[in-house]
Amino acid sequence: MDKLLEVQNLNIQFDIFGTHVQAVRGVDLELNVGETLAVVGESGSGKSVTSKAIMGLNPSPPGKVTAGKILFEGQDLVQYSQKQMQKIRGKEISMIFQDPMTALNPTMKIGKQIMEGLIKHQNMSKAEAKKRAIELLSLVGIPNPDKRVDEYPHQFSGGMRQRVVIAIALACNPKILIADEPTTALDVTIQAQILDLMRDIQKKTGTAIILITHDLGVVANLAQRVAVMYGGKIIETGTIDEIFYQPKHPYTWGLLSSMPKLHAKIDKLLAIPGTPPDLSDPPKGCPFAPRCPYAMKVCLDHMPSYTHISETQKTACWLLDERAPKVDPPKTVGVGGK
Amino acid sequence: MAENKEKLLEVKNLKKYFKVSRTDVLKAVDDVSFDIYKGETFGLVGESGCGKSTTGRTIIRLYEPTSGKVIFGGQEIGGKLSGKSKKDLTKKMQMIFQDPYASLNPRMMVKDIISEGLNIHHIESSNKSRLERVYELLETVGLNKEHANRYPHEFSGGQRQRIGIARALAVNPEFIIADEPISALDVSIQAQVVNLLQELQETKGLTYLFIAHDLSMVKHISDRVGVMYLGNMAELAPSEELYDHPLHPYTQALLSAIPVADPEVERTRERIILQGDVPSPINPPSGCRFRTRCPFAMDICAKVRPNWHEVENGHWVACHLHDEGQSSAKAE
Repeated sequence: MDKLLEVQNLNIQFDIFGTHVQAVRGVDLELNVGETLAVVGESGSGKSVTSKAIMGLNPSPPGKVTAGKILFEGQDLVQYSQKQMQKIRGKEISMIFQDPMTALNPTMKIGKQIMEGLIKHQNMSKAEAKKRAIELLSLVGIPNPDKRVDEYPHQFSGGMRQRVVIAIALACNPKILIADEPTTALDVTIQAQILDLMRDIQKKTGTAIILITHDLGVVANLAQRVAVMYGGKIIETGTIDEIFYQPKHPYTWGLLSSMPKLHAKIDKLLAIPGTPPDLSDPPKGCPFAPRCPYAMKVCLDHMPSYTHISETQKTACWLLDERAPKVDPPKTVGVGGK
Repeated sequence: MAENKEKLLEVKNLKKYFKVSRTDVLKAVDDVSFDIYKGETFGLVGESGCGKSTTGRTIIRLYEPTSGKVIFGGQEIGGKLSGKSKKDLTKKMQMIFQDPYASLNPRMMVKDIISEGLNIHHIESSNKSRLERVYELLETVGLNKEHANRYPHEFSGGQRQRIGIARALAVNPEFIIADEPISALDVSIQAQVVNLLQELQETKGLTYLFIAHDLSMVKHISDRVGVMYLGNMAELAPSEELYDHPLHPYTQALLSAIPVADPEVERTRERIILQGDVPSPINPPSGCRFRTRCPFAMDICAKVRPNWHEVENGHWVACHLHDEGQSSAKAE
């Protein structure tokens, strides 16, 4: 498959309150043409910071990339100037934000907000851009697009606004679409509509999607590959079948079994004790070790390297070392089907 | 099965209207009736704006009900209340709020937050015994003594929610209304808080009204579940029954819309995707309020409001597809 985007050993640090918060610590990611990669993790795991780094949207200062490369079609985006990034943003890579209420400008007609990118990146005339804006609105399923193009964001409901945000992101046919929690702020029935729309659009346009989310249900619905982040690192990555049915990392086990199942009755959820690590003073070893029920002495002192389980799955955990005791995942994990 | 249980709370034809302008009235809760039995967890689900939070807040009298009855432990609490009976009520009924960042006073120490209820109800008279009670409560919710002298900003979201729970428990209530208690928390922390709530229920015999929009979590924690739509109750049933045999088209759509964390299921299952958005509660549709989005809407749905009735033992629904004597027309 063709690699569209490659993130290599990315490190991002925020200098705030006199401390250095190491939000992202050595992340490697790959995105192939036309696929959907989900990045899952809790708040503070570094998933949003990674995605914003790809767009060059982390405020600097305080944020800075201390090491690593972000290769987009062979070009390192980390080295790009603001001006160069402006040519990439919205044209080659675009983004859907979590909250459609704040992502749109309330004082601007939505048509104009969609046209902005078209006029800037594709040198369209105003009339052409408006025509395209109306097309885009009907593509994302907004009824009466030729009328609604002249309305303001407050005249749209939450789900409709998210559709507008998607239309803006798609305006210039980007190669990559980064969706940062695209459905978290929406109700379930609206969420189903938006997920359906995103799948539909990917089929039509072939855009590769990076989906940032904490909802494993959304991941199972939309993604082909998953990267699980914890404490600024990717601790496990694989295809969705591998991650959901043969996960190897105890954190992935914990995530999967701390969610209630709709189709099965369980008496007690398996909660992960404790809280995520403080990244202003990141742990020396595996970031999950303090909360891990299987932690060994080595886990606290040394970060494990990746063990390749298959061609697509790799996991960073000492349990996979041949010297480690063999541990079976909890019963609630890895059961396929209903 | 539920008949022989003691009713702790009865809500009868509860209405709560808000006047939003000179001409418009927002009917947030419009004629809702249900019972909650002692020792059970009653889940209330629905999308934003369906009136689930307003129902909870009206029961605990944060809002004055427009009409209808709320009977708690045999005593009517829906009408006018004297200051004293209101105070008695808050001793028996407590609330846990959604946002643990907004519901704790940032300028008060944890021990003062938790002991506020103790002071008001004169439960522990001396400072020493009060402090001991605070320590005990902190331990109950999985925190420790040292946390008593800290301020809310020093805690994480999950810990703050534990403080909120300790505050609710302080006065030894019988009934706790939990309004989206886990929505603001991370997945791994959600499970911790849910487990804590379940443990407390077992040890203290608490009764919960659990309000949430996350159906899989509601199913997990609740004995019975009520589904609300636009100020009305659409369906009510024991949770297993509701998830296995949903009768109301809205419940069916809601259940099929939840993404399941299982790729195999996601690939194969059929989804009912509802068209459009929830209409405005200021000017709701006539008849059945769901008819504008219902795939099975008939002529009668626009004219007559469906009757709220019991279809099977403990399974209530308001839908013309399931009117008495018309159970043959099932929505498949």
